[in-house]
Amino acid sequence: MTQLATDVTSAKNLIGPPPSQKETPLLRAWRTFFGTPLNGAISIVCILLLVWLTPKLVNWFLLDATWSGTAQDCRKGAGACWAFIGEKWRVMLFGVYPAEELWRPTLMMALFMAMIVASMFKALWRKELLYAWAATVPILLILMAGGIFGLAPVPTNRWSGLPVTLLISLFGLVLAFPLAIMLALGRRSTMPLIRMLSVCYIELIRGVPLISLLFMASVILPLFLPTGTTIDKLLRAQIAIIMFAAAYLAEVVRAGLQGIPRGQYEAADSLGLTYWQSMRQIVLPQALKMVIPPLVGTFIGFFKDTTLIIIVGLFDFLFAVRAPLADPNWLGFSTEAYVFAALIYFCFCFTMSRYSQYLERELTPERRR
Amino acid sequence: MSQLDTPRTGDAVGYPDAAARVRRGGAWWNDQHVRSLLYQAGVLLAVILIIGWFASNAMSNLAKAGIATGFGFLNREAGFGIGENLIEYSPANTYGRALVVGFLNTIKVAIVGCILTTFLGTFLGILRLSTNPLLARLMSGYIELIRNIPLLLQLFFWYALVITFPPPRQALNPIDGVFLSNRGIKVPGVVVDDSHWWVAGAVVVGAVGTYLFHRWSKARQAATGQRASILPAAAGLLIGLPIVIGLLVGAPFDLDVPELKGFNFSGGLTLSPEFAALLIGLTVYTAAFVAEIVRAGILSVNKGQWEAAEALGIRRPRVLRLIVLPQALRIIVPPMTSTYLNYTKNSSLAIAIGYPDLVSVANTTMNQTGQPIEAIAIFMSVYLTLSLLISAFMNWYNKKISLRER
Repeated sequence: MTQLATDVTSAKNLIGPPPSQKETPLLRAWRTFFGTPLNGAISIVCILLLVWLTPKLVNWFLLDATWSGTAQDCRKGAGACWAFIGEKWRVMLFGVYPAEELWRPTLMMALFMAMIVASMFKALWRKELLYAWAATVPILLILMAGGIFGLAPVPTNRWSGLPVTLLISLFGLVLAFPLAIMLALGRRSTMPLIRMLSVCYIELIRGVPLISLLFMASVILPLFLPTGTTIDKLLRAQIAIIMFAAAYLAEVVRAGLQGIPRGQYEAADSLGLTYWQSMRQIVLPQALKMVIPPLVGTFIGFFKDTTLIIIVGLFDFLFAVRAPLADPNWLGFSTEAYVFAALIYFCFCFTMSRYSQYLERELTPERRR
Repeated sequence: MSQLDTPRTGDAVGYPDAAARVRRGGAWWNDQHVRSLLYQAGVLLAVILIIGWFASNAMSNLAKAGIATGFGFLNREAGFGIGENLIEYSPANTYGRALVVGFLNTIKVAIVGCILTTFLGTFLGILRLSTNPLLARLMSGYIELIRNIPLLLQLFFWYALVITFPPPRQALNPIDGVFLSNRGIKVPGVVVDDSHWWVAGAVVVGAVGTYLFHRWSKARQAATGQRASILPAAAGLLIGLPIVIGLLVGAPFDLDVPELKGFNFSGGLTLSPEFAALLIGLTVYTAAFVAEIVRAGILSVNKGQWEAAEALGIRRPRVLRLIVLPQALRIIVPPMTSTYLNYTKNSSLAIAIGYPDLVSVANTTMNQTGQPIEAIAIFMSVYLTLSLLISAFMNWYNKKISLRER
């Protein structure tokens, strides 16, 4: 016993007092970046990379860039040619939309963005917001199409640029969503035929590339309609996007439906609610709330995928950005144009992805720690 | 639970399927079973009517426009050239062969790309998990940037970059033997002749041998507790055997390094500008998604698993291989399946930058023959089959590695 006690004491003397708990910020920084040899090596490589890359990027983007002038001025400079964007931004944003009517898509986009920003506030998620959207959408379309209130009509083959991208995405989501809910419910239905049809639709659409649906809508759909019916090209692409989005959204919604405990279904049944009543009032509100973050994630994907419509000859934002590249006076500035397009797409997508992370925290307070 | 002889009428409350079988009395149209049959019959009728309407419209439209139907065009002469082909092809070949060439091009980019993406993505995902904040931030910035820009835009960017490379005479030469020029990317290849079939055969034999050895060593470990290291045997069988066989039959082991001759390169392997742009674009884009999947998988393994394994005295590499990775894979495999599928489907964007993949060849075919329904049906069914095959394989694999609970 005493032997053990002496052992412990001597061991304590050997070990010495515990190290000081206090660490200066500088010391902590040193430990985080150079704590171990490997960590130090990683830090040095990263710093070297940044030291090598940053000046190059800053020079190209800012210091050596040509901000105004002609293509000749640009060719003299070593950096980016922002004069090209300055000269062509109208075409890049609005494509072939009639130049004298550009205030209309501008106003349309302003209204659209205002509504989107308003919809992002959770405090405003009320019925009135839906009514506001219902009122806004026709205004958006009237602004683009014209034909009434003294606005000059603009056929859809002149619609182009960022407005088309925004409209296609908006209608794609809004119209695909009810379809997706029906498909998700169908896939979980107890009726074998309904389940089979839903599964077939979802797997078929998810198994083929979006391009093939766009080809189908633009080339085959007219053949499937009675002779003489013409269907607008933009509308055809829109149909393909809706069909595509519905299948993917259906899987997201299904995940939400599966996350609802069986007790909820049973409780609704025991209250004597019909199938539709229990879905609309008990199951779907909970399921949809759960899947809002992945829905936003899916939507970012669709927003990026709308660029594919240029392959079937429609004029979205990416098309409009590429159009001035063919201008013989301004050959060779594709990088600037792509950087410009990438910046705008990035702003939209990054905002959405950050917003979905925010929503995830907001909507599941029980999971927050 | 005793089974009652009489039909149970009291338990209508419960699961819908149970309720459906029970008659609550009243009119027959209030019976849930009957109703469900009626609904299904109605939906079936509607689907048949819509399809029938489409079909009859299509028939009359095609007849009016004088468009031929059927797949007869597959045997006709294609008459258009294809930039790159894995099998012999000339414009004099048939449309059928042209489509096969396109299909092989799709497969080529998909297989090479999926392998590259897996490595690059795993690497990026691990880097992003680094405890070094500098590296983790750099990686997450890179991944965010790539993920939030449309793929098509990135492909255009890479293609524009690849075709602005200087002509062959001033080709960029970043690493020995690799040349970047506007004719494509040149990399060293291996000289291949017929004797390499022996080497390939040796690799197959080696693989089978390694597998058998692995089974034997596992059985022995189960029986005796002794473990035979697989590494020397695998190295001998997979690398040693082919080299020995190659030396015996005298197969050349020379590298075919590209050389500038006149206005172009000779020798080496060529990646055409289109293939290079598509491969780089798709791989960089998809790797950002793979990185996130890998990161999530590794994070999903409880830290206690590492600690428990280390407490048992297992060395770290072995902990990773035997304990952490098998658990992480369970999380990683399902989303990786859809990533591989997406890669294959996204390779159809090749049409935008002129790489002759299946969709692009089918597009030319339908423009020339005027038979869009058949051409689109062909590539849609090819993609669908590929999707089903990949997901069937991955489901099998997923089941194999999934948690077996008693």
